[in-house]
Amino acid sequence: MKYKSQKVAYWFFALSMLLIVLQITYGFIMGFAHMGYDGLHEIIPFNVARATHNNLLVVWLLSGFMGAAYYIIPEESQNELVSVKLAYVQLITLALVGVTAVIGFHFNWWEGRKFLEIPRPLDYLVVINVLTFLGIILVTLFKGKKQSTTAMVLTMGLVFAALLYLPGMIWFDSQAMDSFFRWWVVHLWVEGVWELIMGGILAFLLIKLTGVDREVIEKWLYVIVGLTFLSGILGTGHHYYYIGAPEYWLIIGGIFSALEPLAFLAMALFALHMYRKGGKKHPNKIAIFWTLGSAIVSFVGAGLLGLAHTLPAVNMYTHGTLVTAMHGHLAFWGAYGMIVFAMIAYALPQLTGRKLFNNPMGLYAFWLSLIGMVGMTVAFGVAGVAQVYLERKMGLDFMVAQIEIEVHFFVLILCATMFATGVGLFIANFLKYGQPNDEAIGQENDDFGSLETSD
Amino acid sequence: MLSKKQAKAFFLGGTVLFSAIFLALSFETVTVSMPEKTNADQITDAVVRGKVIWESNNCMGCHTILGEGAYYAPELTRVYSRKGESYIKTVLMAKEPWAPRGRKMVAYGLTEEQANDAVAFFKWIDAMDLNGFPPEPDPTLSK
Repeated sequence: MKYKSQKVAYWFFALSMLLIVLQITYGFIMGFAHMGYDGLHEIIPFNVARATHNNLLVVWLLSGFMGAAYYIIPEESQNELVSVKLAYVQLITLALVGVTAVIGFHFNWWEGRKFLEIPRPLDYLVVINVLTFLGIILVTLFKGKKQSTTAMVLTMGLVFAALLYLPGMIWFDSQAMDSFFRWWVVHLWVEGVWELIMGGILAFLLIKLTGVDREVIEKWLYVIVGLTFLSGILGTGHHYYYIGAPEYWLIIGGIFSALEPLAFLAMALFALHMYRKGGKKHPNKIAIFWTLGSAIVSFVGAGLLGLAHTLPAVNMYTHGTLVTAMHGHLAFWGAYGMIVFAMIAYALPQLTGRKLFNNPMGLYAFWLSLIGMVGMTVAFGVAGVAQVYLERKMGLDFMVAQIEIEVHFFVLILCATMFATGVGLFIANFLKYGQPNDEAIGQENDDFGSLETSD
Repeated sequence: MLSKKQAKAFFLGGTVLFSAIFLALSFETVTVSMPEKTNADQITDAVVRGKVIWESNNCMGCHTILGEGAYYAPELTRVYSRKGESYIKTVLMAKEPWAPRGRKMVAYGLTEEQANDAVAFFKWIDAMDLNGFPPEPDPTLSK
């Protein structure tokens, strides 16, 4: 690392690792419940597990994004973070709010709105927390020596993500209106501004890992985020087909959400092309695996599997079934989980000064988690499609159909075990690196002169 | 070949244009079309209290409504016409977990008034025009 204050990032990454373990644990509880084993029903009923699983996902990803920003912004703006102390306060309060929310869920303290279950009083604390984070990032960036495109796109993504949290806090008497604005948060996050964050992190990693000229990478970054907004903003319409919104959303949502894979395709092609063009290879191969992996898997999970059920005629049947869970799992893992893991895999050797990359454990972590998640996606897909035909097409009672598809959750749990093993190995590697080391400050491990060249 | 400046213009121009279209359509939806299609004028105090019950117990954590929520328990958009008032009230007021075919629901043990509010909420949802959702099954398929 170049700047001492970048060390803050490590602790955000550590929080991410802790929370993903919890998230996976609650995922298992739900998987077993779907299979018919709901022994924990009295203590952790399904809706508690579900709220916890979803919200921990959001918080660990946000913590990962924040860690990425605290690492990237000093380096890109050539400036120490303006207040390290405040960044640690922000970290601790983020963790406290997250933990309080999760405990609250177990005591029926929540807002029953998917993804936005955090109770209202805690929402205000989230807003204060995020404003503190943005304050540190923005002041550091604009007091710095330069404002690179990569840093600006990343920051823009973070600022918009904060702004878009607000429509989710407005009370509506109407369930339909509530839903309409809930998607302003959820959709415009994951299929809009989070892609800016992902694009910014991806561009930073490609600049560092491939050695391709910054101007070239940043030019294509603009094209990709341009495509994201071109398709993603009106693509929100695919959530408005069947919630009491007018019919024109069927046409608009259908057309623009069918274009959404383009942004992800561009991202995958861009990452692969830059990697080839680079010619020289960075020694941290694991970071390259996660970076390219994220670009490719997000195209499959978010792009193609999203497209598979986004057209109104298909969505009429798949809306509100396990088909959504199929798309959701690979999309979140590919686009956001893997990019956070890529950032961590790149940053750990830099923060600690220890070059433990390219060990077998790191490779197993990558492949087991990836294959496990692909297997889970297939299991959800098979269960979802069977559910659609039995329940929606043939008209079987909900529970009759559910019992028919229970068997697929056995496969799901097997694959989830593989996935969890991969994540476990990644965390074991994380722990092996140890804590950030002051001796690593000022060291540059990206010096291509001393690195191996490609064959 | 595309320059960085042109790429930036594409990004900013596209974002502003499509945001403007999105905002305009959203304005039409929430001020004109949606209140009509969802019978917003029939949202009584009981319906609002029902919505509070729906949210404060995170019913969406197992069920879907308007196709949104979790996939552990039945879709409830048309539950009022499918199951009727007394069935819904029995489930919500049960002191023991309701467990059709073995899958347990939390026993909420609502009072009669609360259950009436929840029914009012479901009744209001039931009457919405949802562009054809949920789809009608084809009975010939199961023959």
